[in-house]
Amino acid sequence: MAIQTKEFREAARRALEDSRLQVAHEVVYDGFHQRRLSAAGDTQNWEDERTRGKAIKDHTIANLDYYLGKLADNVETHGGNAYFAADVHEANEYVRSVARRHEAKTVIKSKSMVSEEMGLNHVLEADGLEVVETDLGEYIIQLAHEPPYHIIAPAVHKTRTQVADLLSDDGEDLSGEDAESLTRRAREQLRSVFRRADMSITGVNFAVAETGSIVLVTNEGNGRMATTVPRVHVAVMGMEKVIPSVADLGTMLRILIRSATGQRISAYVTMVNGPRLQEDADGPEEFHLVIVNNGRDRLLRDESMRESLNCIRCGACMNACPVYRKVGGHAYGWVYPGPIGAVVSPVLTGLKDGVDLPNASTLCGACHEACPVKINIPRMLLELRAKAVEGDFDEGGSTAGAREKLTWKIWRWGMSGRRRYGVLSKIGRVALMPLSRRGWLKRAPGPLSGWTASRDFPLPTRSSLAKRLRKRNKRAGTKRNNRVG
Amino acid sequence: MTKPQRLVTNRSDTAPPASVSLFATCLVDQFAPDVGESVVSVLESQGIRVDFPTDQTCCGQPAFNSGFRTDARDVATRFVELFEQTDGDIACPSGSCAAMVRNYYPVLFRDDPELRARAEAVARRVYEFTEYLVDVLGIDSTESSFVASATYHQCCHLLRELHVDEQPNLLLSSVSGLHMVELNRADVCCGFGGAFSVKMSDISTAMLEEKLANIESSGARIVIAGDTGCIMHMQGGLRRKGSDVQVVHIAEVLAGSVKP
Repeated sequence: MAIQTKEFREAARRALEDSRLQVAHEVVYDGFHQRRLSAAGDTQNWEDERTRGKAIKDHTIANLDYYLGKLADNVETHGGNAYFAADVHEANEYVRSVARRHEAKTVIKSKSMVSEEMGLNHVLEADGLEVVETDLGEYIIQLAHEPPYHIIAPAVHKTRTQVADLLSDDGEDLSGEDAESLTRRAREQLRSVFRRADMSITGVNFAVAETGSIVLVTNEGNGRMATTVPRVHVAVMGMEKVIPSVADLGTMLRILIRSATGQRISAYVTMVNGPRLQEDADGPEEFHLVIVNNGRDRLLRDESMRESLNCIRCGACMNACPVYRKVGGHAYGWVYPGPIGAVVSPVLTGLKDGVDLPNASTLCGACHEACPVKINIPRMLLELRAKAVEGDFDEGGSTAGAREKLTWKIWRWGMSGRRRYGVLSKIGRVALMPLSRRGWLKRAPGPLSGWTASRDFPLPTRSSLAKRLRKRNKRAGTKRNNRVG
Repeated sequence: MTKPQRLVTNRSDTAPPASVSLFATCLVDQFAPDVGESVVSVLESQGIRVDFPTDQTCCGQPAFNSGFRTDARDVATRFVELFEQTDGDIACPSGSCAAMVRNYYPVLFRDDPELRARAEAVARRVYEFTEYLVDVLGIDSTESSFVASATYHQCCHLLRELHVDEQPNLLLSSVSGLHMVELNRADVCCGFGGAFSVKMSDISTAMLEEKLANIESSGARIVIAGDTGCIMHMQGGLRRKGSDVQVVHIAEVLAGSVKP
């Protein structure tokens, strides 16, 4: 997928001005976020579930090579093929080669964020294949030629009327149809594709190392059809999606589904153990599992960023995020939007271009609080800000300009002694005073103009707290400036 | 570094020996000294002597949050050295600055085990103001009086970095004459975020607009909060809109130093 993290500010501004998007963002918050809270509330102890989920992921990521090896071995024991792709190019080439060998003409897809990283649809289409997304949301955005807006609800930004236009094939006016009949129409369109598909590509919610199974969580049944109908099934996964055992799956499903949609369980949870066996009634003749790295080793190697590989892609952080709720999913400029996107996108696609992403946060902590595996996203946003300034993370060099560096040097000087601090604050006050009225500024120069664009700014006080306490003590008749030591 | 000067507030020579050091924060010192004075009044009314190390400046958070860790480390080191020379608990009328010391000094000093240990020793003594009153002093009422209809905004770092949630409510519920009304999405960020409010002004403003709309629909004339940065942000936005709703620090309410 094209990397547009550099355009964050511009894309954010467009979203802020789009009232339809702002309405959609409220749906994300009032719907997904609130439903998650109530679903979490009905577990015996949600905090215990989160602690268990975090422990499972911490353990797995710390032993990732072992569990990935075990996963691949067990996939092959069941007659499947496991392939490790270092980057999206290798992953795409592998999938292409499978499609070519089978002379596939129609590929159906069940939701996969990794395939978005790969830009897989375009790669296969360039080979002349018909590629159709079968998750309703993904189908809608495929028709609209857009990337997903949200990892769980890819088309959450589309209104009913927009969906009606997209689903209408021959100029037929569907604008009067309700959501249910539009869904029925999409279902009919997709059903015929399912029938002629000779290959399927799905994502992976979890891959169980112990059994070599992949697990798909869906609500539309398209995932199950995709893994049973076509002759060939290719599953693609980011290498962090492995978990050790089936015993861990209970916890992981409990926290994933509640955090994603607020359901207790999704309509379908599908486990695939490889190609059909002789005694099986259905299933593909061939099964391939493509395990994609694509820069994840950079997250793994860096202790301060490793925790991001715990992510189970539930979307809870974006549902909770007040910034996502304003700028929407497309502003983040790559596959993963919202807080977790602001963490992983710059590492996977380049920090120099993506530096606005970790900076587009108030560090309010709503994401950390919402995360079912307790990923401390604010801490990692801070790590990335530091890496960007220090400039030794990738080849990009420091993103900080000379002026910004100087500003912080002056700040450091000023904060390193009470007298200097007093001098600095006096300079600030004297400079701002002529612009103020009754202690407030309507317009300020330099970087402060960003503040005064929409807010009054208070003039620093004439009498600091230290001065006031001194006076106060005088009044109370106590000794001042007691030397201690 | 010179020996620290400390200003000891003490209204009577017979005051009990219990004392606390005040980590006022640079924002309070420079923009909201009333808040600092209110903190002192409330603590003194509880019989606590307040030491104010007058050499204090900033904890380093602004540079740390902007990614300038080398600069932040210098200032934070100074903070550690200064407060190492105090005894007992350290109270701070800011969830954000207390969280910087408690949660982020270990990150900032992670490559220097010796300094990290010293920073953590100081951090263990740091409490946010309401947390100090309720959890350390065991106070559930300051016997204050404030006749107003008000609402409470939950500042992010206080709530989600320090998990100080019940303490302010407990203290406010004991204030006589104070009628608290509910604020929709009280726990949602006001959009301040330090440098974010300046660097990403339009996003910050959109977040503030949502907060101000919720404040308006609450009907409250007073908004109470626990962090000066957020207070400046919300107050600045309200003033720009021509609203006369006042945003005050919880210490000012408990000290009875604001006039509704």
